[in-house]
Amino acid sequence: MTVQRKTRGRTLPLHLLLIGVGALMGIPLLYAVISGFKSTDQLSRNPIGLPDPWVTGNYTDILASGDFWRMVGNSTLIAVATTVLVVAASALAAFSFARFAFRGREVLFTLFTMGLMFPFAVAALPLFLLLRSMDLLDNPLGVILPQAAFGLPMTIIILRGFFRQIPGELEEAATLDGCGPLGFFWRVLLPMARPALGTVSVLAVVTSWNNFFLPLLVFNEPTWWTIPIGVQQFQGQYSQDVARVFAYLVLAMVPALAFYSVAERQLVGGLTAGATKG
Amino acid sequence: MTSTFLPEKRTGPDTDLPPPAADAARGRARRRAMNWLTAVSFQVPALVLFGVLVLLPIMFALYAAFFRWGGFGMPEDYIGVENFTRLFDDPVFIGDLWRCLLLVLLSLALQLPFALAMAVALNQKVRGRAVYRMLFFAPYVLSEAITGVLFAMIFAPGEGLADHVLDGIGLEGLGGEWFADPDMVMATLFLVMTWKYFGFHMMLYLAGLQSIPKELHEAALIDGAGPWQRFRNVTLPLLAPTLRISVFLSVIGAIQLFDLVWVVTAGGPDHHSETMAVTMFQFGFKRYQVGYASAISVVMFGISLVFALAYQRFVLRRDLEGATTTMRGGKQ
Repeated sequence: MTVQRKTRGRTLPLHLLLIGVGALMGIPLLYAVISGFKSTDQLSRNPIGLPDPWVTGNYTDILASGDFWRMVGNSTLIAVATTVLVVAASALAAFSFARFAFRGREVLFTLFTMGLMFPFAVAALPLFLLLRSMDLLDNPLGVILPQAAFGLPMTIIILRGFFRQIPGELEEAATLDGCGPLGFFWRVLLPMARPALGTVSVLAVVTSWNNFFLPLLVFNEPTWWTIPIGVQQFQGQYSQDVARVFAYLVLAMVPALAFYSVAERQLVGGLTAGATKG
Repeated sequence: MTSTFLPEKRTGPDTDLPPPAADAARGRARRRAMNWLTAVSFQVPALVLFGVLVLLPIMFALYAAFFRWGGFGMPEDYIGVENFTRLFDDPVFIGDLWRCLLLVLLSLALQLPFALAMAVALNQKVRGRAVYRMLFFAPYVLSEAITGVLFAMIFAPGEGLADHVLDGIGLEGLGGEWFADPDMVMATLFLVMTWKYFGFHMMLYLAGLQSIPKELHEAALIDGAGPWQRFRNVTLPLLAPTLRISVFLSVIGAIQLFDLVWVVTAGGPDHHSETMAVTMFQFGFKRYQVGYASAISVVMFGISLVFALAYQRFVLRRDLEGATTTMRGGKQ
């Protein structure tokens, strides 16, 4: 009883704190949404209040333009291809790390985990030169392949941890039933690992979707621009039309936020597992 | 954890065995070789990707850093360590190092404690905590490019939301040029970084907090420990592994900071927000001094390596398997 009364008395400052922080977090986003409904003229006259009248032209113009949808398509294609590649390669490697004892295993695993510690920026310049010599600039593969490569360490670590939890008896049973290693991997391990595969896939999609540095290096031509590049370019192009940039920002946020609201559990679980396992 | 694909234990030296046993030993050796081949063949796709696109570029940067080179053809003009001596004479690069250190210190002193406070607040049964948790973490899933453009506009001198709000509550004096002011740019940048990243650390801490057994808190309560004592003597020690990881990620993040800075200020005004990665980008991609830019990459690599190894050796060594907190148990 006393404990309960005490906690109730303490919750008011707690609520105030949370509301305050919530406002600081939410207001920039809300401000962008509302500003998108103003004309730039209106925005400079009435920067804080509600729009009067509500202008929908900024949003509809962008949604009606092929450019925006092309970038959504590019970002999606690149994210999906990266994810398929990194999860497939990592699952095979993690399987071998988790279920085989072989000479050189620890060295190899350490090599991959070292990849976690190194900033992408270290490799950016020579990677660019390499991609140029392989003729992969202005080519989606020039972003997909390196993204998959840099995603390997985290994905392998998470999947290896999961694969190791699967009991050895299952493997013996599968072997008795005539399954080779590949059969066991494909027919038993992967179906069982679906939650873990979901987690690493969500991580890979979000990382790819938000990647800025690599597409910035690889894509000179607008053909393959992804959303983050598009946002930056749009701001440069319409720097005088502030309201329109706000509308563009909001539309660019929607896919990521929608994806987050659907896959929150996998995303947070994956980040936490990745951080604590790494 | 037993596996049928593990090689069988060898019983003794092959040479002393009678012929049938020697045959069997040869068979075993062949099977071991096959086993090795099978295991390694599963590694091939990952190894090729990683080797060609991660290791090779890093090694090439190590090589190119010793040349004066514009980035075309192969590097030929070997100049020894000149790029490095020039680097450490360059006030901009020295400034990069100081700014990196500043961001690390600010994160440790303000951002991470703030994230911890929020995690502790949201670990209680408080109304709307799922909404707060989602809201605080949401910026983390936005691209740095989007965040950068958003805040460049919010902190636009004189016309952005920040200045209007400060005007509105009678604090005109606090507003200013924000990203355009050499003295304010780092503080403003740090504000934006906190907005974007504290939610991630908060989520890590929340996962850690949830794995602390309730009984420990109850026991401390019965022993008469106040809230601060419980936090200090129960929560903090049990959260230590998570805190150490979060510090590590924060430092690595500061070393490689690029996207946000590039979008918002491109390092300006007059290099006052430049980071190592931005300097590298400027020289490598804008001025075509690829050898010199490679030297910057190498120094970044060296700093990350030394930091990572030292951190593993002296800080993380206490957290062997099982000591770290995870959400896995609940999830899978």
